[in-house]
Amino acid sequence: MAIGQDIGAGLGPPPSARRRHLRYEAIAGVLVMPAVVLMVLTLLLPLAAVVVISLTDYRLGATTLSWVGLDNFVRMAADQTALRAIRNTFLYAAMVLPASVGLGLLIALLVHARTRTRRFYEIVYFLPVTSTMTVMAIVWSFLLHGRIGPVNALLSWLGLPTIGFLSDPDAVLASLALVGVWQLIGFNMILFLAGLTVIPRDLYEAAALDGADAAWERFRRITLPMLGPTMMVVVLLTSIRTFQVFDTVVVLTQGGPAGASDVLLYEIYLESFSYFRVGYGSALTIVYLVIVGGFAVLQVWLADRRVHYT
Amino acid sequence: MTGQPLSLRGIHKRFGDTPVLRGIDLDVAAGELVTLLGPSGCGKSTLLRIIAGFEPADAGQVAIGGTVIDDRPPKQRNLAMVFQSYALYPHMTVFQNIAMPLVMQRMSFMERFPGVGRLLPNRRGKAQAIAGQVASVARLLQIDSLLHRKPGQLSGGQRQRVAVGRAIIRQPGVFLMDEPLSSLDAKLRVHMRSELADLNRRLGTTFLYVTHDQIEAMTMSDRVVLMMDGAIRQVGAPADLYRRPADLDVAQFIGHPAINLLPGAVDGSGRLALGGSARPVRVAAAATGAVRVGIRPEALQLGADATAIDHGIVLNAILVRAELLGAEYLVWFRLPALDGAMCVVQTRAVAFDAARHRGELADGVCLTVDPSGLHVFDAGGRRCAIEPQPPAARLSSAGGGRA
Repeated sequence: MAIGQDIGAGLGPPPSARRRHLRYEAIAGVLVMPAVVLMVLTLLLPLAAVVVISLTDYRLGATTLSWVGLDNFVRMAADQTALRAIRNTFLYAAMVLPASVGLGLLIALLVHARTRTRRFYEIVYFLPVTSTMTVMAIVWSFLLHGRIGPVNALLSWLGLPTIGFLSDPDAVLASLALVGVWQLIGFNMILFLAGLTVIPRDLYEAAALDGADAAWERFRRITLPMLGPTMMVVVLLTSIRTFQVFDTVVVLTQGGPAGASDVLLYEIYLESFSYFRVGYGSALTIVYLVIVGGFAVLQVWLADRRVHYT
Repeated sequence: MTGQPLSLRGIHKRFGDTPVLRGIDLDVAAGELVTLLGPSGCGKSTLLRIIAGFEPADAGQVAIGGTVIDDRPPKQRNLAMVFQSYALYPHMTVFQNIAMPLVMQRMSFMERFPGVGRLLPNRRGKAQAIAGQVASVARLLQIDSLLHRKPGQLSGGQRQRVAVGRAIIRQPGVFLMDEPLSSLDAKLRVHMRSELADLNRRLGTTFLYVTHDQIEAMTMSDRVVLMMDGAIRQVGAPADLYRRPADLDVAQFIGHPAINLLPGAVDGSGRLALGGSARPVRVAAAATGAVRVGIRPEALQLGADATAIDHGIVLNAILVRAELLGAEYLVWFRLPALDGAMCVVQTRAVAFDAARHRGELADGVCLTVDPSGLHVFDAGGRRCAIEPQPPAARLSSAGGGRA
């Protein structure tokens, strides 16, 4: 009530209006305070703590710590294990991101064209999203098992050589990527379906009159451009989620064999909670945040102006 | 650009169990501007979509320029369309939007291909020819300064012109328009109305124009096709529909304010009675019994002179309320002789104010009916032919009655 009156008071005589305006700002400040406090406590403070700890040699459970400046980062630059984890993470993302976005879009297009069976396919493809990855990873560990796994059984039945999906250092990252794609497709498909639903039918009809009625032309000239905003969100979310790969690594490979599937988040976990080198783990976390944050900012900055047309 | 004649034969369409079009037959001459007018849900947009080829008809035939086009895809039907939403491609510039039909028509798949296409020898010449045509269409529609903008940066009227530009650049034989003015504000609508009619005259293209706005239909069209419940009720020049409505529904739909409908009766000799007294009108058809009498609001006049009273073309009325429109009043009256039925009169503001000032409206007033503005509809709603009865003949019979 008081606020409502104060908004209207902007039209009143100048001196009292100014005083009221100040009061309005004070009330507004009080009202947003809980949100600000929560944000500082849950987001900004932990982040600041990580930054501070990354500049120390703090070990989990230790009672003392000493300031080491940027030593952790200098050490990281020469740490083959850490560099390998970063490289593996990028390799994993390079496989999962295009595949899960591309296949998600393809399946969304196919499902969108269905009428009666659409619900069925939506649910089927969305199931992996709703399931717990840790549990499903166990199923995958059986499916991809080198000796007793049904996938290898199928390969040998077809007369093809079997693959040590999780034991061959050359194959293990691709196997993890396969599981990652399997999990992400459904989510991306749902987002693309939502994007497809809001494309006006008029546009396709206008295109049909203008001569762009072949499937490829419809896709290239209408569907893909109109999916621009959706595409941006999907790529952003997918890239963040691929950089977060962790649970499948823990359950399926523990970074093995011989570190061939060691990824950044798993390395952070090992350093911080297995080796108790929290200071070094925090430094790795900073690197992780810079990569993911940089990716997000870059994408929004590059794409935002191109995909919104109004 | 020359228009092509369009002909529809027995078009039927149903969605599920609901019939939407029940046998539409229509011929539109080359270069004619014909409006499909009707209330929403009457099937006019569906008919347009069938002509455009977006929707198959269940039965019937569509022909443009004498060629049956039922089996052709939309792009081969020699027609263009302006959509209600304009359906401009939001990610393309105005230039690209207008050029799109020509690019698709003239360039090969490889020439259109991004990047690679630019290397092909013929592409440059084709692109220049297209650019020239876009420029001339843009000049015609006065949007040449907007070519580099995207539709999102344009006003409603500008978007509308771009949509028209994209449609006319292919020089279609028939031009379909689906309520193209409905999303413009009232002022712009009046302006675009005349601009579209003007475009029709200049291009000579056949226009089929769908609208639910009778003012658009009345002002723009060569002919109006009035549709209701999936069937054509009447086809004719705008004045025909207004002056000679084929049935009760047409009479009620056309005209604003709506026509006054009063209960009347026809006796065995075909004489019309309204409010218990005989009127100088003979109903030619063999309709006897209860009829509905339609009187346009401007066919009623305030006051009556001795001749009018003597001729029996007068209704006693009591003023209920008056609405000033500016130059005119809409005045509602109650008619005691017709069980208190209401009727509305459209009258010039000066005359009404003067009459009110003189106190003539205080307790009852006479309304003179212009017999030529009288319409009689039988129990089935069909129009009955009427002929004004010569006053002399009427006088003798009425005189006999009085004596």
